Amino acid sequence: MSFEADSTDGATRLRFTGSLSAADAARLWNEAHKASRGQSRLLLDASGVTELDSAGAALLVSVAGNEAEWREPEDAGAAGVLRRFRSGLGEPRPAKPAAPFRPITSLGGAVLGMVRNMRTRLTFLGETTMTAAALAPRPWRLRWVEVLRHLDEAGTRAFGLCMLLGVLIGVILAFQSSIPMRQFGAEIFIPQLVGISLTRELGPLLAGVILAGRTGSAYAAELGTMRVNEEVDALRTMGLDPMAWLVLPRVLAAMLVMPVLALVMDITGLIGMGFVMALLGFPPTAVMNQLVQWMSVGDIMGGLGKAACFGLVIGYIGCHAGLSAGRGPRAVGDAATSAVVGGIVALVVLDGIFAVLFFRLGW
Amino acid sequence: MAQDVVKADTAKTDVVITAEGVAMRFGTNTVFQDVTFEVRRGEVFVILGGSGCGKSTLLKLLIGLMPPSAGTMTVLGEEMAKLEGAARRDLLRRIGVMWQSGALLGSLTLAENVMLPIEAHTKLPEAARRMIAMAKLGLVGLSDAADRLPAEISGGMLKRAGIARAMALDPEILFLDEPSAGLDPITSAGLDELILSLARETGTTFVVVTHELQSILAIGDRCIMLDKEARGLIAEGNPKHLRDQSEHPTVRAFFRREARAGV
Repeated sequence: MSFEADSTDGATRLRFTGSLSAADAARLWNEAHKASRGQSRLLLDASGVTELDSAGAALLVSVAGNEAEWREPEDAGAAGVLRRFRSGLGEPRPAKPAAPFRPITSLGGAVLGMVRNMRTRLTFLGETTMTAAALAPRPWRLRWVEVLRHLDEAGTRAFGLCMLLGVLIGVILAFQSSIPMRQFGAEIFIPQLVGISLTRELGPLLAGVILAGRTGSAYAAELGTMRVNEEVDALRTMGLDPMAWLVLPRVLAAMLVMPVLALVMDITGLIGMGFVMALLGFPPTAVMNQLVQWMSVGDIMGGLGKAACFGLVIGYIGCHAGLSAGRGPRAVGDAATSAVVGGIVALVVLDGIFAVLFFRLGW
Repeated sequence: MAQDVVKADTAKTDVVITAEGVAMRFGTNTVFQDVTFEVRRGEVFVILGGSGCGKSTLLKLLIGLMPPSAGTMTVLGEEMAKLEGAARRDLLRRIGVMWQSGALLGSLTLAENVMLPIEAHTKLPEAARRMIAMAKLGLVGLSDAADRLPAEISGGMLKRAGIARAMALDPEILFLDEPSAGLDPITSAGLDELILSLARETGTTFVVVTHELQSILAIGDRCIMLDKEARGLIAEGNPKHLRDQSEHPTVRAFFRREARAGV
């Protein structure tokens, strides 16, 4: 393989000989382009090229540009490769201009997208509610086996995780609060601090985060894949409503399972707290006494009611993300992400609303 | 007699794939055994057979995704299953595979998909890679779709894009898995024509796995036929000869599209 360039009376002649493979093309690419750049008359002599692959052809065509005079390869094989390469490239077409950067336009687009997204979510919520209302008088038409399966997947299999997190949170809360409270000799109030914050806030919230991460994402991925495989359309054509068939059992299962998960968090958290209290020298009876005296059933029930609402919203957002997924493997990943992110955001917003509500109601 | 020996010798140098006594077992389930054949340079070689006969498994063995349970298989003179590291990369560079559903990466445009193997195996700059990709996409008739994502194009276009990507490095052997599956007859015939013209013009060897009768007769220089019940080869030769002359009941049924009990 050899390449030489020489200029005589205003014309530059580039001569390639021998075999021109991908490795040669990579090596010569810059050198050859430098030699050809800015020349008014270019003669590209490839007559001595004996072997050529696509990369070599790309080098020749790119160096020649549109203006150069050609001497084609004499070798039939190389000429064939070059001919095919040119026919594949076709007519040189103008490059598409890149979209200009318009910050205000793209901001507006993003806002519009969000509004549109909200609208489809609302539509979906409406559809779900309508289906639920239609099924309410005939509850046997719901697929209870599916509900049980999802209860198992979202609930039974999450118990271990919930118990572990519950104990840890109880221990951490009790231990952290014991440090400042010791300064006032107020360690005896740790049980009600931990107890109330767990049952009213942290129990339902953490259970919700677990549900969004485990179950919301699973719903989105499962339904997203079903949509990609046209299973959702298949259900529809068989006269089965995907809402009743796919969405309702999942949302119902999420709603039913959340209070249980929250309760598991509450109980194990209190056990963790009791453990720390025992280390601080308070017997279980004293801790129990404090809890019974200061906490009401309302604290627990309010938390569990909140948890059920969280479950509803998380299940619903997960299903919606799955059913509105686009095509392709990335779409399923996006759906799972938006299920988790949307679920957790909705969880916190909803918790805020509940805080105001409970305050107004004096609960 | 002497002439025959010479002929065999020259033919030997032009053999790109050999399989000798190849068997594949999963546990106690034998997919096929005693499979022996060779593929010659520049021909369109068709592997055919009904569903579940191990066509796709054989293809996986050929491209080195898994080793055979018994027997030896060489591609371009090397035993793929035993190669590692750089030697394996070098051999992979010389073959191209079009997967049944295209198997294009969903997050990359068609042009970027075609550029991918070029980037992996050469040091060519971006401009060169893009130019090669455009030429290959042009050859399969997809110049206008170069900047679109796989999710935005039709099944036939996906397969053509898969061929463009398989050809990116000018491979010596191109493996095509079910090129006609899921395509209408017109698109499928167009794909057959594309395969034929590429085979004739570039001298690339094609190994095509298919069960599409029209395709087999249109493009196949030679074929082998696998059978589920025989657990191995039941026929070898030119597809048209097989259609007209084979005595084997399954082969006859296959070419005449007859239903047979138990299939």
